[in-house]
Amino acid sequence: MADVTIIGAGVVGLWTAWALLAQGLTPRLIDREGAPGPHGCSWWAGGMLAPDCEGALAEPLVVAHGRSAASAWARVTDVTERGTLVLAPERDRVELDAFADRTLGHEPVDGPEIMRLEPGLEGRHRRGLFFRDEAHIAPRRALADLVARLADKGVEIERAQARPEDMAGPVIDCRGLAARDALDTLRGVRGEMIVLRSTEIVLRRPIRLLHPRHPLYVVPRPGGTFMLGATQIESTDRSGVTARAALELLSSAYALDPRFAEAEIVEMGADLRPAFPDNVPRIVRRGRVLHVNGLFRHGYLMAPALARQAAAYLADGHKGDLFHED
Amino acid sequence: MRDFYGVRLATPMMLGTARYPSPAVMAAAFRDSGASVATVSLRREGEGGRAFWDIVRALGIHVLPNTAGCHSAREAITTARMAREYFETDWIKLEVIGDADTLHPDPFGLLEAAEALCADGFKVFPYTTEDQVLAQRLVDAGCRVLMPWGSPIGSGQGLNNPHGLRTLRAAFPDIPLVVDAGLGLPSHAAQAMEMGYDAVLLNTAVAEARDPVAMARAFALAAQAGAIASSAGPMPARDMAQPSTPVIGRAWL
Repeated sequence: MADVTIIGAGVVGLWTAWALLAQGLTPRLIDREGAPGPHGCSWWAGGMLAPDCEGALAEPLVVAHGRSAASAWARVTDVTERGTLVLAPERDRVELDAFADRTLGHEPVDGPEIMRLEPGLEGRHRRGLFFRDEAHIAPRRALADLVARLADKGVEIERAQARPEDMAGPVIDCRGLAARDALDTLRGVRGEMIVLRSTEIVLRRPIRLLHPRHPLYVVPRPGGTFMLGATQIESTDRSGVTARAALELLSSAYALDPRFAEAEIVEMGADLRPAFPDNVPRIVRRGRVLHVNGLFRHGYLMAPALARQAAAYLADGHKGDLFHED
Repeated sequence: MRDFYGVRLATPMMLGTARYPSPAVMAAAFRDSGASVATVSLRREGEGGRAFWDIVRALGIHVLPNTAGCHSAREAITTARMAREYFETDWIKLEVIGDADTLHPDPFGLLEAAEALCADGFKVFPYTTEDQVLAQRLVDAGCRVLMPWGSPIGSGQGLNNPHGLRTLRAAFPDIPLVVDAGLGLPSHAAQAMEMGYDAVLLNTAVAEARDPVAMARAFALAAQAGAIASSAGPMPARDMAQPSTPVIGRAWL
């Protein structure tokens, strides 16, 4: 018999189930589509655990909690801890100064140091910032690892339609954007990504290429693939990648390394990130329902902390700093 | 004070709604700056932008939709009609881009679109260069506001051609003029207002500041200072030093 029902098996739903088990509670996990897949926005994420880089735009609460994400993920999946390298095209090098001014945890790197960190870039970049303490994961593998860990503990994902108000007992609503019926300030922010495969290019860590119009990040993934991301558009249109977004992402990748021009396009995807007006994730309690939502572009960075606080509340009534009063 | 198609603005500041860290920060920047007009783009967001547009509408100030990202008169006209329907306003900030890299306005496409939109009942705010002849043609087309650039969009270079902007002010004493684009510092806003401009329009300098809310306030204060200075009658700049205490009677050789 389950103690708590979780609706939504995206990254935060899975983490919440895991955190409840750690508190000695038994979760029931329901998703209308079953196991994680292309139907959920967790599927399209980059998998960067980069709290300091995100701090250029994100609120301090996200940076603070994000710093514990890599160690949390390391308990359930493989985490690559090689930092983040931030570069800018020569013409836009002032962007590096602005980025350095808005972030912590970086050190300046010159041409030889960039060459040492990323020999695959073949010395094309002469100035950058190195965020030594950041990490990344392969997001789809991480989701599968979490699902397998939960299955080991007897928690299976039930494929069913469920609404929080129809369930008995405590409910944790992790439905993402589908919870707009209950959370009226939740909005979707469109993101588009591309996966390339190249046998020529080797990157050891995520690279961010700053640009005033078309910033890009490239995350190396298993099998010689690279995830390019991501646009961020105030639109709730869920249709496929636009030609413009593809042009921008691919042109930026080409600027980073011209050999990307010969790479195979493996996949393109677009989806909506659920976000509250301050773009900070929240836990909102309404009666016996806890809504855990609004992870915006910080799903993998913030899911462990949100899950921990939601589970702690159900175990002993303690409200952490991610709780938001309506 | 000159009015904008019959509307008197409470403050000489128009602020864009793009590129803020979050809608919450954007709303705070509007609140703390007292900006009286919010510009909003429609082209890229399309119909899917409604959730965000509702946030802009909820700011409770005049909304000036724009045709940013349009590269032809036809595109701009279509976008303007969509904006009119959604925001229930006949105001349109008309942008027709002629060069994708510098975002230089296309003067020919701009004039063509302005003529069509004015004839269709729109109240057009054309984003233009400081070219005086183009400005006259836009006025002839029916525009009753002109918005010359300070420098290229998002460049933060300030007023690249103060002489041209001054000439425009002198040439169009009855038309409200707004410096739109290129402002990077509050002093740029003050400079535009000191020249007798009626408002400034900016976005990136606020949205991409480390503290957008504080920067919005700094721009509002600077614009206000410039406006007061303009009406207070600035002294002319002179080549000669003019001591404020006479030197007669002091020993000098």
